[in-house]
Amino acid sequence: MRRGRFPWILVLPALTGLAFLVLPLTGLLVRAPWSTMGDRVTEPEVLTALWLSLSTATVATVVSLLLGVPLAWLLARAEFPGRRLVRALVTVPLVIPPVVGGVALLLVLGRNGVLGRHLDTWFGITVPFTPVAVVLAQVFVAMPFLVISVEGALRGSDRRYEEAAATLGAGRVAVFAHVTLPLVLPGIGAGAALCWARALGEFGATITFAGNFPGTTQTMPLAVYVAMQRDPEAAIVLSLVLLLVCVVVLATLRERWIDP
Amino acid sequence: MAPPEHPDAQPALDARLCLRRGDFTLDVTLRVRPGEILALLGPNGAGKSSALRALAGLDPLTEGHVRVDGRDRTRTPVEDRPVGVVFQDYLLFPHMSALDNVAFGPRRRGLSRVAARARAAELLAHMNLAEYARTRPRRLSGGQAQRVALARALAVRPRLLLMDEPMAALDAGTRVDVRARLRRLLEGFDGATVLVTHDPLDAMVLADRVAVVEEGRVVQEGTPAEVARRPRTAYVARLVGLNLFRGTAEGTTVTVGPTEPEGPARVEVHQAHHGPVLVAFPPRAVALYTRRPHGSPRNVWRLTVEGVERFGDQVRLYLTGRPSLTADISPAALAELGLDRGDRVWAQVKAAEVECYPG
Repeated sequence: MRRGRFPWILVLPALTGLAFLVLPLTGLLVRAPWSTMGDRVTEPEVLTALWLSLSTATVATVVSLLLGVPLAWLLARAEFPGRRLVRALVTVPLVIPPVVGGVALLLVLGRNGVLGRHLDTWFGITVPFTPVAVVLAQVFVAMPFLVISVEGALRGSDRRYEEAAATLGAGRVAVFAHVTLPLVLPGIGAGAALCWARALGEFGATITFAGNFPGTTQTMPLAVYVAMQRDPEAAIVLSLVLLLVCVVVLATLRERWIDP
Repeated sequence: MAPPEHPDAQPALDARLCLRRGDFTLDVTLRVRPGEILALLGPNGAGKSSALRALAGLDPLTEGHVRVDGRDRTRTPVEDRPVGVVFQDYLLFPHMSALDNVAFGPRRRGLSRVAARARAAELLAHMNLAEYARTRPRRLSGGQAQRVALARALAVRPRLLLMDEPMAALDAGTRVDVRARLRRLLEGFDGATVLVTHDPLDAMVLADRVAVVEEGRVVQEGTPAEVARRPRTAYVARLVGLNLFRGTAEGTTVTVGPTEPEGPARVEVHQAHHGPVLVAFPPRAVALYTRRPHGSPRNVWRLTVEGVERFGDQVRLYLTGRPSLTADISPAALAELGLDRGDRVWAQVKAAEVECYPG
């Protein structure tokens, strides 16, 4: 940048890209019904959907952490045949349309599904169209973000610290808990934030697998979609609330993780 | 430190380490008495660090055994070996205070949190680091980090202490003090210590015995003084700064370098030997003259100056001929001789200055 001409060929597309990302959000702010905002935001339907979204996304993130961190460890540290295949399988939910994921979940856990049938007849448990289904749909689409992020952090961390811990008498579990995990905590934090944001925005798999029942499975994105069809202003309000929540939560996490 | 648990009768460490990885083969036998410090000295890639990793149990042996205090530990997993390791760069856990780093081992080996921290505090105090107990490793100086690493390794009460290049992470200015201090701290340890280094000074100052490792084998073993005075390979000779020749003795005359391109040369020594020998003398024992010297010394060779460079407060001259050698003289002497590359010169060494020993 110090020498030669100004690099228009890079700066112009960069600015266009930035505008493309920022303008829609600005539109949201401009068209928002600010005069009635207070009343609309506190409507029970909005609060119910918001609470459902926040709680399911958080539970989904916790589930993803409990399952995803060990999975990432396995991919990064263990040597086993077919590891490349397993890694490819983990990333499948990232690339398939979420609706397809919802259909797949329904085929497995639905009332007539491979597993769901037995859950129903043996335990009387029905998963689809419940908040549990919302969480499962979110875990399905969001956990890969966490796994990829944590695996990257594990691969980047210095394994010699783990050897040092082993020479001090730590077994594999103790090494993982006391050395590996603390060293990759920033990576886990970033992965969890990504995972949470993805779960919060989840739409396709949720509406297919969990349905769209206000109060039980209608999360914020579904509420936005429904509102858009009969009351666009309500959709704008819901969108703004969702946007605000995301920005606040991610900004807070970012501060915390980047400068520990 | 705990009192010695075993009499000196058996070695604290008795190991034969065989490792084969691709083209590289390591095959060394090590015996270390309780309280003794053995230095593995050798160039990079000689297999010193592999030997250390095998002793710690971090890499499996292809063949051989590891016995510590008479007990076979060949198949003992890393976390159960009575071994403490000070790693190169120390590898202190960055997310723990100095105290927690030291307490980590005792805690993992079953001590309560309170007991582990008490032992850690005691060790840190012994290392003169009590005030740094709550400090994170990245705020410690190199010498302090080294002592914390040593405390951490000793905190598990090992019978075998392994140190991998303990001086490599320090800047040159602090090395002298840190090395002397490390030597004093190690004197309190009654188990076997094996330290790996490529720096002869570390080996000389820290170790009781030196094993020179080259290409996966021990090529020479002895006290630091023996190794420094009577090197057996060109590598060691260069490290300790000696001219070394392999030759055949016939009385006090040694014929050296018959295979060198310049042809054989004769070196006179002061004690009679017979058969294959090594002869060594320091570069500063070489005197240079522009005219053939007269008098008693019988080692006088006509050589050619190949190169001249500064060496401390001396000047080092690389001379080729029969034999090729290096000579250190003062800058004043160089100016007086007026020597430059390609000049011919007479080199003289007193027979009394030449070490001769069976090769």
